[in-house]
Amino acid sequence: MSDLPRKRNTERAGGSEGYLNSPDGEWFNNRLKGTMLLIFIAFAVILVRLFYLQIINGQVYRELSTNNRIRLQSLPPSRGLIYDSQGSLLVDNRPAFDLIIVPRDAQPVSETLELLSEFTGIDVEEMAAKIAKKGGDNSSRQVVLKRDIGRDALAPVEVNSFDLPGVKVKVRPKRFYLNPGMAAHLLGYLGEINARELSSGKHPEASGGDFIGKFGIEKVMEPLLRGAQGGRQVEVDARGRVIRELKRVEADPGKNIFLTINTELQKKSEALLKGDVGSVVALDPRNGAVLAMASSPAFDPNDFVSGLSYAKWNSLQNDPGRPMENKATQALYPPASIYKIVSSIAALEEKVVDENTHFFCSGSHAFGDRVYRCWKRVGHGSINLVDSLAQSCDVYFYEVGEKLGVDRLAFYARACGLGKPTGVDLDNERAGLIPTAEWKRRKLHESWHSGETLSLAIGQSYNLVTPIQMAMLIASVANGGVIYKPYILGKMETADGVLVKETHPVENGRLPASKKTLALIQKGLWGTVNDRKGTAKVAAVEGVTVAGKTGTAQVISKAKRDSRTKKSIRKFRDHAWFVAYAPVENPTIAVAVIVEHGEGGSTKAAPIAKKVIETYLGKGEAVRD
Amino acid sequence: MIDRRVVEHFDWGLLLITLALSGLGLVALYSAVYAGNDPSLRPLFVKQLVWLGAGMGVMIATFCVDPKEFERWTPGIYACCMGLLVAVLFVGRMVGGSRRWLVLGPMTLQPSELAKVGVILMLARFYARNATTRGLGFRELIKPAAIVLLPFLLIYLQPDLGTGLLIVMIAGIMTLFVKIERRTLTMLVCAGLGLAVAAWLFFLKAYQKQRVLTFLNPDRDPLGAGYHIIQSKIAIGSGMLTGKGFLKGTQNTLSFLPERHTDFILSVLAEEWGFVGTVLLVLLYGTLFVWSLNIAHKSKNTFGTITAVGVTAMLFWEAFINMGMVMGLMPVVGVPLPLVSYGGSSVVTSFMAIGLLMGVSMRRFKK
Repeated sequence: MSDLPRKRNTERAGGSEGYLNSPDGEWFNNRLKGTMLLIFIAFAVILVRLFYLQIINGQVYRELSTNNRIRLQSLPPSRGLIYDSQGSLLVDNRPAFDLIIVPRDAQPVSETLELLSEFTGIDVEEMAAKIAKKGGDNSSRQVVLKRDIGRDALAPVEVNSFDLPGVKVKVRPKRFYLNPGMAAHLLGYLGEINARELSSGKHPEASGGDFIGKFGIEKVMEPLLRGAQGGRQVEVDARGRVIRELKRVEADPGKNIFLTINTELQKKSEALLKGDVGSVVALDPRNGAVLAMASSPAFDPNDFVSGLSYAKWNSLQNDPGRPMENKATQALYPPASIYKIVSSIAALEEKVVDENTHFFCSGSHAFGDRVYRCWKRVGHGSINLVDSLAQSCDVYFYEVGEKLGVDRLAFYARACGLGKPTGVDLDNERAGLIPTAEWKRRKLHESWHSGETLSLAIGQSYNLVTPIQMAMLIASVANGGVIYKPYILGKMETADGVLVKETHPVENGRLPASKKTLALIQKGLWGTVNDRKGTAKVAAVEGVTVAGKTGTAQVISKAKRDSRTKKSIRKFRDHAWFVAYAPVENPTIAVAVIVEHGEGGSTKAAPIAKKVIETYLGKGEAVRD
Repeated sequence: MIDRRVVEHFDWGLLLITLALSGLGLVALYSAVYAGNDPSLRPLFVKQLVWLGAGMGVMIATFCVDPKEFERWTPGIYACCMGLLVAVLFVGRMVGGSRRWLVLGPMTLQPSELAKVGVILMLARFYARNATTRGLGFRELIKPAAIVLLPFLLIYLQPDLGTGLLIVMIAGIMTLFVKIERRTLTMLVCAGLGLAVAAWLFFLKAYQKQRVLTFLNPDRDPLGAGYHIIQSKIAIGSGMLTGKGFLKGTQNTLSFLPERHTDFILSVLAEEWGFVGTVLLVLLYGTLFVWSLNIAHKSKNTFGTITAVGVTAMLFWEAFINMGMVMGLMPVVGVPLPLVSYGGSSVVTSFMAIGLLMGVSMRRFKK
């Protein structure tokens, strides 16, 4: 072993003295020859291949290239269907016929277009303009001349296809919403992909002209509903007709989606709101499943399927009822007396009151240089927390607000899940607003007035909520304090019916309330409907015990409104709120209802909630209807 | 400063071959950008002229430096290349899901191209000092393996597996050239094969195997790479013996060819100039490689010899892989045709390589 390093030293060239060529020229030459041989073999392969392609098979390829015969056609996947919780179909695909031309195969283009115009009645100019825009008369790319031509125009095109070279009718599945207008905000609609969406990277498979979900579930679940594109390589003849299919990759259909929605309840909710502007949200308090989500006025998603006319779009945009807004998740309202639930939790947990604390309501409460009124002019007299909830006494909660202060109240409101989106599987959900002293300083550059806390405690200040937040709140009161995240997607299956995913309830948190606190609040809400003096006795359902809370949200301050003239103007009328759950003993449904400018929570909103509960539980009038 | 003999030994033949290849590239590029109906490609021709000018500058600067100087600078050059490869992972521009480009003002730079030259120089330096006629043993291969694996991993992370493998293949030829001990070579080949089989059987998931198979056989992806290859084969084959004529290629004008100014430039050339044109191109490359191996042979400086072999290996692999790809013989990887394809980083790197060859050639009389 010891002589090995020495031996190596003799062989080593050392530094940059050419070891390779000087000691043994022959050896070095052999290494170069080896390298040369490798290169020679590789280039021989290339030359043989070139000879094979260009000389032996040249004629075949020359012919294939004359009309470029090999085309790529995409095979669109069928979009997933949407069902309700019972498994009945809500959204289906039906065939639509698009008129397509490949200008290069349609020579002479002008003659073909004229003939086509004769058969279908489509303007020649209109078609020519589309071709010019997409690459001109020699392009071999497909140009869509008209979408969804209908069966009347389809027949003559098919019959005369021999005289219409390069013209094709492409069958495309078109979205069809079985109950036009039902759950429109929830299901959403499809629209043609625009340039911004194409370049956003969110739709890697899409190309111009594709339809994608633009709103609601169709948008949120787009990647799942869409499926994966397939395609095929085909050989076409000089007229663009497929002679042979060379290769094929099947499309992977989108997933079928089962919503948690109960169609009967959804329809009933929408019918109850008809003619009004507002929203109904019904949740299963045991898990957060959305049973119904209505927003009125609505639109018909079918109108969007083949492109919306400008006039229609305009009328939707300018409707004062804002039909394109999902009021359940996107409209913000003052919570009004519903907020007393939150104020009660804060007051009891912070021990500023207990179940025996009484305040005297004389019909008003003086604070600073202002007088804060109770809705009941003559006052409630000496009253405790439970009765204040049932009778919605304002003075009691002025006292509570005064003692709590704005920031403690905000802390409890946030802990109840307010001031942030609930996380329901819909897009553009709004957060609402829970004001704090700091918030007011930052946003309005003013300090917080203690008086404002009084209004806040009865839900009548800067605070804003969405109907689904109120539904979530009442659902968590009903189930003993668990704040479940509301969800709409129940489960998902492949096109063949294999279960892919099932939604399991997710907790957004817990109400910041002890068992005792919650029991007191539940008692108050029971009183609202069942107590002799309760504010919503109209919501009582035969055979079931309902609990709830009314709310009447002022749109303008009482002082400004009190003149008779203004009261009669619709847009100055109060919003009507009602939240409820039933059966009290073991709740299976929680509802939030808002009717914009509906005046009184007890008169306008409570009857709607009552009928929703009746429908769901199969009790009372609804069954007899 | 420059030896008179250096100027006298200027390699005119190499310059001529290089210019002929670039000229052929310009002819094909002109067809690719002017014959089609996509006006956005047109400015590329003038841009390529600018790149060729820049390439010439780099070539001249490179051959003015004595290879012995290069040998001294090599560790620094290699470190710079690795630095750029690390930088591109963090601040590189994202194109099509991978970070390959550094943006420097109006210019973009592809560090993986420069890294090829860096690795060639570093390996040449190592082998010039350590190679023996006995051949390299297992232990002596650890350092060169590290020199190659570092850039390979960095490029793999971009991700750009094609360029990473290319560097390994260049290093492979260089290493085989300086000789590996027979026993070690046998062991390495067996271990490599064993590892590949084991990976296939035990480690790769089904979808990864799919990807490998599709990579090896584009026909498995008939809607993507497979379709491009079919169109490319039609273009090449339809050229027949003498081609369709300048600017008359239908596959090219109708935009059936993807990347026709860069990776698929050979298809454009083959369609318009036929077998005559492609054979001319292949012969030019053949001459270039014989010429450059001759330079390696004549050099009296070991570092120069091995550098020349490395540069030859680089140009050879690029040309061979690109031609094989457009003819449907090889996987579809983004390797440009050296000296012919459009593209700044490719042109500059190729001319730098030619400059290295010239530098070695001009000093062939020196020890």
